[in-house]
Amino acid sequence: MKIDPIHQFNIEPLFTIGHIGNHTIAFTNSSLYMFLSVAVISLLMIGGMAGRQLVPGRLQSIAEISYEFVASTIRSTAGTEGMKFFPLIFSLFMFICISNLIGIIPYTFTVSSHIIVTAALAFLVFFTVLIYGIYKNGLKFFKIFVPSGVPIYILPLVMFIEILSFFLRPVSHSVRLFANMLAGHIALKVFAGFVAMLGVSLGALGWAGGMLPLALTVALTALELLVAFLQAYVFAILTCIYLNDAIHPGH
Amino acid sequence: MEPAAAKLIGAGIACIGMGGAGVGVGIIFGNYLAAAVRNPSAAQGQFGNLIFGFAVTEALGIFSLLIALLLLFVPL
Repeated sequence: MKIDPIHQFNIEPLFTIGHIGNHTIAFTNSSLYMFLSVAVISLLMIGGMAGRQLVPGRLQSIAEISYEFVASTIRSTAGTEGMKFFPLIFSLFMFICISNLIGIIPYTFTVSSHIIVTAALAFLVFFTVLIYGIYKNGLKFFKIFVPSGVPIYILPLVMFIEILSFFLRPVSHSVRLFANMLAGHIALKVFAGFVAMLGVSLGALGWAGGMLPLALTVALTALELLVAFLQAYVFAILTCIYLNDAIHPGH
Repeated sequence: MEPAAAKLIGAGIACIGMGGAGVGVGIIFGNYLAAAVRNPSAAQGQFGNLIFGFAVTEALGIFSLLIALLLLFVPL
């Protein structure tokens, strides 16, 4: 009896679309779950807004609460000017949140547990900040590397650290989401594997003793629900903070 | 030493780094809670800063976890 916690992250092609060079372009289970989360979000938002009652029902409440939540986050971190990026941040937040929550369900695939997905999202944010910052502020954008009020003799060192941390942003932004989801799902699988290992090796006594890791698995699933939402929120709020640099450089 | 054994030992050592992140996250949430108990009306306004500090601190621990995962699961 061997635990294989990595198997759940396998990408399997469902059907092949075509070939480019030696690479097969296939519709994989990852693409399926991406489409699924987009479909869930669309249903939620379009279905929630279809009735448009003054006193909202359940679906409309969810749609309104998620709108208000993201909008207040943007207003408090990037100011009112940040609201022009609302569609971007709302899409990122909802996509990550819903795909994480779908991934909690056993036997499903977690889209954000692959670094290529999170890195694509993080680089989208990084280049949005870079291009919009230079477009809006011109060369003044580079003032974010020069914090005000720093003594001149340590300024080169501070600038070096600021530039380094600016270019490490997409790395930490993507690795945080990916590693959190990966580590959480591995931990779940390992604890769930303990139940089967105990039961297979010790028989009836083992199945009784397996209650403990089973209870821990349930508790970890609850923690994972929190982490799934929290990581989506962290991704969104960091996007807001990075965009704030592009909108108001030199703060 | 066997390369496989060295990889496993390295993965274990890399996880020590997560302890530092644990201390850091504990300090952040502990200080937030202490401040929130003193002045509950100001607590909600600092929630964004709390999450930002948590995210930045946690990233360092996640990096060491990543090194451990790379050592364990990426064939060299």
